[in-house]
Amino acid sequence: MKISFSRFSKRFLLRRLIQSIILILLLIVINFFLIHLAPGDPVTYLAGQSGDEKYYEFIRTKFGLDKPLLTQLWIYFTQILHGDFGYSLSYQQPVSSVILSRVPATLLLTLFSMFIATFSGIVLGVEAARRENSLFDRVANIFALLGNSFPSFSIGQLLLLVFALYLGLFPAQGMVSVEKELSGAAYFFDLAVHLALPVITLVIIQIAQIMRLMRTEMLGILGEGFIMTARAKGVSETRVLYSHALRNALLPIVTILGGNLGMVLSGAVLVETVFGYPGLGRLMIEVITARDYPVLMGLFLLISISVVIMNFITDLTYTFLDPRIKYTK
Amino acid sequence: MNGQIKNYQHILVQNKLALAGLFVLIIFVLLAVFADFIAPFDPLKTSDYAFQPPSLKFLFGTDDLGRDIFSGVIHGARSSILIGVIVTIISTVIGVLVGATAGYAGGFWDDFLMRVTELFLVPPRFFLALVIVALFGSTFFYLVIILSFTYWTTMARIVRAEVLSLKERDFVEASRALGASHTRTLFHEILPNAFPIIITKMMLIVGRVIILQAGLEFIGIGDTTRINWGYMLYNGQQFIRDGWWMIIFPTIALALLVISLNIVGDWLNVLLNPQVRAAHQLYWMIRINKKQRDQHSRNN
Repeated sequence: MKISFSRFSKRFLLRRLIQSIILILLLIVINFFLIHLAPGDPVTYLAGQSGDEKYYEFIRTKFGLDKPLLTQLWIYFTQILHGDFGYSLSYQQPVSSVILSRVPATLLLTLFSMFIATFSGIVLGVEAARRENSLFDRVANIFALLGNSFPSFSIGQLLLLVFALYLGLFPAQGMVSVEKELSGAAYFFDLAVHLALPVITLVIIQIAQIMRLMRTEMLGILGEGFIMTARAKGVSETRVLYSHALRNALLPIVTILGGNLGMVLSGAVLVETVFGYPGLGRLMIEVITARDYPVLMGLFLLISISVVIMNFITDLTYTFLDPRIKYTK
Repeated sequence: MNGQIKNYQHILVQNKLALAGLFVLIIFVLLAVFADFIAPFDPLKTSDYAFQPPSLKFLFGTDDLGRDIFSGVIHGARSSILIGVIVTIISTVIGVLVGATAGYAGGFWDDFLMRVTELFLVPPRFFLALVIVALFGSTFFYLVIILSFTYWTTMARIVRAEVLSLKERDFVEASRALGASHTRTLFHEILPNAFPIIITKMMLIVGRVIILQAGLEFIGIGDTTRINWGYMLYNGQQFIRDGWWMIIFPTIALALLVISLNIVGDWLNVLLNPQVRAAHQLYWMIRINKKQRDQHSRNN
């Protein structure tokens, strides 16, 4: 099969690519202005609040704080574009390496939960549509309402209380057991047991939206002619649902997945706090407490940029999945 | 047809649910307004009774400093509803102005305003609020500004879409033909018709704001001058092994409030949406018809 994009799609993707790049540049500008609008001397936000006078002086010259604002913006801009996010005083490391050391843990949590939520949300949505207005459908609807109404950290706390502290089924804190040295299969089992509750929490906050959307999409598609044809041909109902209808209902799911990254990351910050999980969320709270602003601003920029990139990937996938799509604008 | 009737039945079920939601919501508003009279203790006053489990004296128990959780939950309703409502009103005003201008003016202004809106949508709300609170501080005033700042975008997009579809209607043309100014047409003819969708969205935004604010408090960077559920949960998290009641009761309160807001929002959507209302009436007509027919056949 030869993969090719239509002329329209190509132009659309190019447009989106340029827009994404402009967005990223604008985000850097916003970051810069936040630092300068915040009350107090901008140097505290560029250096962190634990620095001494000599270090502040060094930062002042580095960022050209005595120069006009536009020159400062330009200096800030070039530094960020060179990958220099500053130096963290509380960790005694460059900001980029502080952040990078925490990325894998959060990525594991986020991607794993997104994967499970998407998969089970799709299946639940299809089954709810198959049994429209049945008991199953209603119960699923109520769960969707509940999942939408609890903050992520409350769900985490409830799971922690019941399954870790009361029933003792899962460890309450951390990513791996610190007291034992484990390797191989035992290590992975330990990791999985620690991941279970945070992942379930994040799945709960995502699944409702996916399930509801899937249900609506399926109900719309099940009324169409080609479904009737498939049924008339004697294709089994499961095959009709999962092979014929599902393929057509998947597109909207792809679009919300991109937008969900921000939500999942926000949830991760709170859920990591509940479970003492050493990821970006915990880092964020540690640096807020330590007033280590360079790391905070770096994290903010990194998260915003990853959302922009995710949105672009979504557009790419969308164009790739739907050959009918035409972007005339 | 049968399937459709089932759907109308669904709306009715939702109505019963909506009544329950409305009831809960009214209770929360009453708690918020009369918190000073209902709460048995000052929620911030410490006492010697630390970590007391729920009892007749302390209905929901006490926390690590001997503060009464029950009083905290009641006063928490006040700060949550207060911030939710104020932020929603401010962000609705901004969102309606931006969205209506973009949708009605079209062309350059539409493009410009929507690009700005999209820019605000990029950083996840929670992180935007988190960073601004960390940089600027977290007094009540700042929190209101920051949260309004992050929520107007939702309203702007919805109002724009609604105005875009409404401005092509005949009554708008009629209004213009009668010599009404653009401002008058927009504010007196178009926006009143967008009102149902605005009010529905407002209900949902109140719930989201309450959750987001609780999240900021839970991180421990919120406004600590008044008691609120997020702070209580933040505090409970430190002592999660010592007192489940410090977590359970604020969580239930928070979730109940948000659930009732969501239910009432959904219900308003049904109630104010003319298409759904028509379907609803049709359902009743069919039902009454059927009843009469049944009676008729029984009589014979």
